[in-house]
Amino acid sequence: MQTALAPEPAPRHSRVVRFWRDYGWAYLFILAPVLLFLIFTLYPVLTALVMSFQKYNIMNSTWVGLDNYERLVKDETFWKSIKNTVIFTVGTVPVNILITFVLSYFIFQMKSKWQTFFKATLYLPAVASGVTISIVWLAIFDPTDSGLLNRFLGFFGLDPVIWLGQSGTALFSLILMNWLGSHGAGIILYLAAMGGIPKSLYEAADIDHASGWTQFSRITWPLLKPTTLYLLVTGVITSFQVFISVYLMTQGGPNFATTTIAYLIYETAFKFYEFGLASAQSFVLAVIIIVISVIQFKYFSSDIEY
Amino acid sequence: MKSTRKKMLLVTASVLLAGWALITIIPMYWMLVGSVQDTTMSASFKPQMIPEQLSMSPYERFFAKTDAWRWLYNSLLISVILTVTNVFFASLAGYAFAKLKFPGSQAVFWVLLGTMMIPAQVTLIPLYILMVNVFDLGDTYTAIILPAAVSVGNIFLMKQFMSTLPTSLIHAARIDACSEFGIFWKVILPMAKPGIAVLAIFTFVASWNEFFWPFLITNSNEMRTVQVGLASFVFAESTDFGAMMAGATIGALPMIILFFSLQRYFLQGITIGAVKG
Repeated sequence: MQTALAPEPAPRHSRVVRFWRDYGWAYLFILAPVLLFLIFTLYPVLTALVMSFQKYNIMNSTWVGLDNYERLVKDETFWKSIKNTVIFTVGTVPVNILITFVLSYFIFQMKSKWQTFFKATLYLPAVASGVTISIVWLAIFDPTDSGLLNRFLGFFGLDPVIWLGQSGTALFSLILMNWLGSHGAGIILYLAAMGGIPKSLYEAADIDHASGWTQFSRITWPLLKPTTLYLLVTGVITSFQVFISVYLMTQGGPNFATTTIAYLIYETAFKFYEFGLASAQSFVLAVIIIVISVIQFKYFSSDIEY
Repeated sequence: MKSTRKKMLLVTASVLLAGWALITIIPMYWMLVGSVQDTTMSASFKPQMIPEQLSMSPYERFFAKTDAWRWLYNSLLISVILTVTNVFFASLAGYAFAKLKFPGSQAVFWVLLGTMMIPAQVTLIPLYILMVNVFDLGDTYTAIILPAAVSVGNIFLMKQFMSTLPTSLIHAARIDACSEFGIFWKVILPMAKPGIAVLAIFTFVASWNEFFWPFLITNSNEMRTVQVGLASFVFAESTDFGAMMAGATIGALPMIILFFSLQRYFLQGITIGAVKG
């Protein structure tokens, strides 16, 4: 009887031991990142969700259900910030991808030494911070003829423009700054992708006397779709969160002309201390970004061919 | 005919690329050249594209009016620490996700990856409250460093890179009775040097250039990073063009020097993790 009972605990014990012997190291390797993730990413996300249903300020918090979201829907400034952010994104991302693509296409025709030179030159501004870039462009947009841009206009006999100080030109100024910024990362990705297209495809097309345009539209562009998708998704995500240039150059003005969602969230939370409302705003931003990204993935992925 | 078309294409490419490269570089040039002209010499003086007279006065004014040396020290300290923590933890985690089979690895990885789509604005508000009100760590190095100690993007990058390493060497090392950490330290890390170099460089640059979180979490002048200090300087001294350009140059020059020193890693690094996989 006692002999029959004795083996019972052994299998459970050895099973646990074997589990940790087999997998313990792996869990140990991911332990620190996962802990940091749980504390500084997952917990804040869940907390923010809760806060968006509260009237939350420094002193106390009160459950208010959907009040924060109702306030959003009625808030003219919030809709203005969405509109500005969409205009900024639509004005920058497609144009930047086009610029990046054209530059990459031309660089690809060059010898490797020149390719490296142009990649480096076009990449350089990307290593400077958003703060330093914004400071420099603040000077470039100077409303007097000290500003580079107004000096440039002066060459053509045009009057100085108050770029950042007018409602009509402020948002365009931020967009222009983006167009003329660094496209280096995208160029490098496109060049790598172009280099990955088999030459045999172009040789076959040449034999069939396919025109340059046909080769482009049937070979080059389709095979670069994964890269374009990547740049599109990351570009949209980045543009929707634009903050530094707005904060340093325009402070969301004049007359809310450059207030973006990201900037509005900052003001709502850290100037007016309406943390609950700001959390609701941030979740709307999150939903917009996620929905757009998913749509882009579905649209582009549907006909990616390998 | 084809040869002529090719030549015309090359000429067009050269002209357009040279022009655009110039446009891309002008802001950096304006920053550098603006920082060595003393625009306070007279009210009518305007900065020139080619300076008639060089002056270090803007730098003297910038350092005299700010705690710039302290800011530089803060940024350097934080960037070095973040680079070390990210390299170590992202390598370990990347290796585990890439080469070790363990229950839940796919689920954990996709949860980590999924949150990358959540904008920082969602987490920053509760994170701020957590750090300041709960942990009472406002205005400290710890508060700046901990949330960024290892980023999901870096784990993803290292997983992508580790996936390219040959599994056979790992099996051989395991047969030699190496512990799992021994395998990581003696076999994986040496092979992963190129990926780690890229990770280190991009983490350092991103840490140095980071603005928003240090901006939120610090409130004393002594604790500012160079980017946060620069931003405050802009608002305080917006009329001093020369000093602003000097400050911007100080904020950007270390990274520009790093770029020219390690250009190959910068240019090669971007394709890792973005195209592969």
